[in-house]
Amino acid sequence: MDKAAIEEAAREPRWWEAPPRPVWEEEPSKAGVAGKGIVLFGACLAVLFPLWIVIVTSLSSKKTITEAGGLVMIPKDITFIAYQELLSGGQVTRAAIVSVGVTLAGTLFSMTVSVLAAYGLSRSGSLGHRWLLMTLLATMFFGAGLIPTYLLVQSLGLTDTYLALILPSAVSVFNILVLRAFFMGISPELIDSARIDGAGDWRILWQIVLPLSRAVVAVITLFYAVGYWSAWFNASIYLSDQDMMPLQNVMIQLVQKQEAPVGVSQAIKTGQISGLAIQMAVMVMALLPVAVISPFVQKHFKKGMLTGAVKG
Amino acid sequence: MSNSTVPRSRAEAKKTEAAPRAADAPGEGPEKELSGKLSLRLRFRRDRTLILMTLPAVALVLVFNYIPILGNVVAFQDYDPYVSDNGFIAMLESPWVGFEQFQRVFADSAFWDAVQNTFVLFFLQLVLFFPVPILLALLINSVIRPRIRAVSQAILYLPHFFSWVLVITVFQQIFGGAGIIAQTLRQRGYEGFDLMTDPGIFKFLVTAEGVWKDAGWGIIVFLAALASVSPDLYEAAAMDGAGRWRRMWHVTLPALRPVIALLLVLRVGDALTVGFEQILLQRDAVGPGAAEVLDTYVWWNGVRNQDFGYAAAAGLIKGLVSVALVLAANKVAHFMGEQGVYKK
Repeated sequence: MDKAAIEEAAREPRWWEAPPRPVWEEEPSKAGVAGKGIVLFGACLAVLFPLWIVIVTSLSSKKTITEAGGLVMIPKDITFIAYQELLSGGQVTRAAIVSVGVTLAGTLFSMTVSVLAAYGLSRSGSLGHRWLLMTLLATMFFGAGLIPTYLLVQSLGLTDTYLALILPSAVSVFNILVLRAFFMGISPELIDSARIDGAGDWRILWQIVLPLSRAVVAVITLFYAVGYWSAWFNASIYLSDQDMMPLQNVMIQLVQKQEAPVGVSQAIKTGQISGLAIQMAVMVMALLPVAVISPFVQKHFKKGMLTGAVKG
Repeated sequence: MSNSTVPRSRAEAKKTEAAPRAADAPGEGPEKELSGKLSLRLRFRRDRTLILMTLPAVALVLVFNYIPILGNVVAFQDYDPYVSDNGFIAMLESPWVGFEQFQRVFADSAFWDAVQNTFVLFFLQLVLFFPVPILLALLINSVIRPRIRAVSQAILYLPHFFSWVLVITVFQQIFGGAGIIAQTLRQRGYEGFDLMTDPGIFKFLVTAEGVWKDAGWGIIVFLAALASVSPDLYEAAAMDGAGRWRRMWHVTLPALRPVIALLLVLRVGDALTVGFEQILLQRDAVGPGAAEVLDTYVWWNGVRNQDFGYAAAAGLIKGLVSVALVLAANKVAHFMGEQGVYKK
């Protein structure tokens, strides 16, 4: 065999090539491969196609949308006029700022509380460890119910404050368990050597445990952030002031109840912009942050989900 | 778990000089014996930072998960929110009515409609939703090109992170009366339709939305179970003459069985909770007859109609049955040798 052939046999498969099959495995039939491909492609298309329509319609001019009879599938003369209109002040701009603010503040708060609790509970054998853990775990089995929670938030005077969007659902016991399981998997020798060198618990958490847990911390941060970003129910029952509403609630008004957003309605009436493009642009604003960030964290999902789900 | 405890206590013993000298000897016993010799005061001094770190979370849980349990007393009251601006004082001042609210709930045919809708939806999801992630995971697992696997997983995970508002809006834009399919049909001269306001198919619609949003996310657990199967098993089966399908039946499916059983049990335990936010958002479009489930029933009577005592009674019934179901489900999980939500 000459050198080129050996190299050819030893090289890594290109991305479109299948890695080598074990000898005992039979070659798949052409029909089987095609069938699998079609199903998988169809499933991915079912996810991507609606998003494509939403994005393209939001970028289309009124003329294109009318010609397409509503929703646009093939982009023509791309325009950002809907976004300019929405982001030049008014209801949607304010709602977007509220959503970003609540998401940032809420995620920071939730992560701080959860990481501390997870570390505090990660050393089995510490005093009160079982009791504290049980207090948290028990809440996974029962909820107090919607009405008593509503009355409590009201009694605490949280209605019509942004705290009502953060505090009632600030900690997720499931997320704490995931973090805790991960922290418990960190080599105890490492922590002990730090302790012998004189590091306290705060320092160990900050300089050893957290840097080693970047993956799971990223996953849980994403979970919390998505939770805050997607939440609309608390705002709908605890807030009465329209100006305080986050983006999701404004989206309900605009798209589901077909109301034109304040500040843009004039432009729609005079026919400058299509109302549909405005609706789609609001939807893009709601989905974009999530769609952009989650693929970066996705390689850690499996690890994070499993440590939490299985070990408890 | 246990391997982390021994060195910790030994290091602590050096630092605090609190533990008996024997702790420094090699081959020392497990943590339990050691901590038993430490006095409570010393253990507190050793662990106070850890306890302090846990307190914020515990405090939040106590306030927002435990205290409201007491608020369920309004189910036994004729709660009047106008007695006082403060809900707590209103609770103290409202008259007690015993089980009257519960009798009202049980006498209401709308409540039983909600019960029925809840169960029908649960069974639909069990039959039409539950198998989808398993099949998808098997499919993806059989794809051997890593790049295709990674890309399709990334795409399928995506909708899980969209809010329900967005998911429902997307469905509306496609299947609704002004949606893309109906529009196209009308342009071609056919009659349009509106799936979003049709009570007859509402439950299927809700299930389909659930599949679109979360079926892709559900494959993670199954893929992990599949990844843990040793390739040797497949090879051995192939050597014994098992074809592709026999290997699937005798190697792949047994590997998935514990995960499937566990998730199934847990889902049954959660049977009374079917898509609260999702259904609430679409309740007005199809009407309560088809869309009302137990959670939305409580929301409607309590938050909307301000009949707090009545709604709390309905919520309490649902809550108690749910707890019973979850505990029973965990018992079954333990019986099958699984861990369930908590350990035995």
